[in-house]
Amino acid sequence: MTLALDPRAMSEKARPAKRPNKLFRNLSAKVASIPMILTALFVFVGGTTWTIVYSFTNSRMLPRENFVGFDQYVRLWETDRWIISIKNLALYGVCSMVLTLTIGFILAACLDRKIRFENAFRTIFLYPFALSFVVTGLAWQWILNPQFGLQSVVRGWGWESFTFDPLNNPDIVMFGLLIAGLWQGTGLIMCIMLAGLRGIDEDIWKAAKVDGIGTVKTYVVVIIPMMRPVFITALVLIASGIIKLYDLVVAQTNGGPGLSSEVPAKYVIEYMFRAQNLGQGFAASTMMLCSVVIVLIPWAYLEFGGKKRG
Amino acid sequence: MADLTVNGPAGPRPKKRFSRANIFLYGTLIVVSMYYLLPLYVMIVTSLKGMPEIRLGNVFGPPMEITFQPWVKAWSEACTGLDCTGLSKGFWNSVQILIPSVVLSIAIASVNGYALSLWKFKGSEVFFTILIIGAFIPYQTMLYPIVIMLREIGLMGDLGGLVLVHTVFGMPILTLLFRNYFASVPEELFKAARVDGAGFWQIYFQIMLPMALPIFVVAIILQVTGIWNDFLFGVIYTKPATYPMTVQLNNIVNSVQGIKEYNVNMAATLLTGLVPLVIYFASGKLFVRGIAAGAVKG
Repeated sequence: MTLALDPRAMSEKARPAKRPNKLFRNLSAKVASIPMILTALFVFVGGTTWTIVYSFTNSRMLPRENFVGFDQYVRLWETDRWIISIKNLALYGVCSMVLTLTIGFILAACLDRKIRFENAFRTIFLYPFALSFVVTGLAWQWILNPQFGLQSVVRGWGWESFTFDPLNNPDIVMFGLLIAGLWQGTGLIMCIMLAGLRGIDEDIWKAAKVDGIGTVKTYVVVIIPMMRPVFITALVLIASGIIKLYDLVVAQTNGGPGLSSEVPAKYVIEYMFRAQNLGQGFAASTMMLCSVVIVLIPWAYLEFGGKKRG
Repeated sequence: MADLTVNGPAGPRPKKRFSRANIFLYGTLIVVSMYYLLPLYVMIVTSLKGMPEIRLGNVFGPPMEITFQPWVKAWSEACTGLDCTGLSKGFWNSVQILIPSVVLSIAIASVNGYALSLWKFKGSEVFFTILIIGAFIPYQTMLYPIVIMLREIGLMGDLGGLVLVHTVFGMPILTLLFRNYFASVPEELFKAARVDGAGFWQIYFQIMLPMALPIFVVAIILQVTGIWNDFLFGVIYTKPATYPMTVQLNNIVNSVQGIKEYNVNMAATLLTGLVPLVIYFASGKLFVRGIAAGAVKG
């Protein structure tokens, strides 16, 4: 009895002596986490809150606490440039979303057919992802150059009336950006899809074969529904990339011709750092934040809901 | 039935090499590969041609006369405005930004990940959640407050300021990467070390660090390509004298003054893309692993 009680009594006695203050428990870990805590609180929470608060002021060159309610937002939605930016991004976003998912999945499915040279193909599809948007934009700016690029080459082959000059045609300039954006980004989605396909049980394929379902139909009816989480991940990745779209535009078209390839991220930066109209820039960036929240909430809900069901 | 098993060939039926499905499959892959390879090819051949040959108009043709003059010019003579010192300045700026940023961000994030997985304290998960949510906030909402913070500590426009910015914005994904890795370390190992009296830093340096080398390599790949390719922070938090390579490249190529020298522009573009390309081709599977880690963020 005494023997059994002894250690417990010992430890109960020792505990208060060992841990005098809760704050100093695990002190090294807390000290080591200071940079993370500062980043989370000051930059992420503090910075974002600051921008939202100051979007309700009429700050111009310097931030001022002169609150004007929703004036900046009213002005924002009355500015043609902002409306054009939103429309451009919507067009680019929808096309990019659909095409990236489609191309990414088809390429991944092709690579998953137990082909030869799989590594070589994967390396080729993925290398543009290592390059920056600036490099991507400049490379495609040169290929799409009407005077010396693709258009002139096709004309040289004898098709004299061939016209493909997206970077100087306001109607299709977003597609010029899209070609470059897809070139850079589809490899990543392909990689994610491929990882998802590799995670699918071989037996599914055997079962489909036994039932006499064709390859394409198996993909559409069986495999894609099974890959729902992978598609959601891909979707979130593509969406967050679309909202950030900035470098590519600056390098490839710089918003031109005219305003026809302006995007929201560029609007924010122009108003904050060039036009010295901070309030307007803050309001626009807050709108960008809202759009992210609108995208993220359903996703968080899906994730959360999925876990509950599982 | 018995006859079949005796006379038939053993093993699975060999597949036809040139079935219609296969031709379609490889055909698609090869055509798509051409789309992916075309820009790299065009950049290389353009950068090796002289301007007279480029004016003939065949971008896809190989150079008739190979010249390295555009590369030399891009490196040491290309102009941004009135400053004609070439891309070399931007390259060295980028190197000076890259090395401390990679070291600092990985050092901080690895310790963070280690503390978050093995030394949880009250509130640690809350900060981590904020950090991960922060990865989704558009940078535009945090750009200006950071300008103010950098001004306050006197680092605005300085390379040191940009290093701090890269460290801050690299933190969410890197912390996640390390946290997930350290969480997979067998708990017995950690407990044994604690029983032996090792503390926070001792366990980190003597046990965890040597074990986590592969994940450090993944983090380095992720950070080197990410920081080298950054344009947004470079353009906002620096001044012309400290522009990183991507910003200087954009200024050289898109400058409106003078005659456009497409061969020099393409050589400059390739030079800027060279660092991440070398990393990509040298690292192979690890690069893919870094991407997969980045995808977890989604």
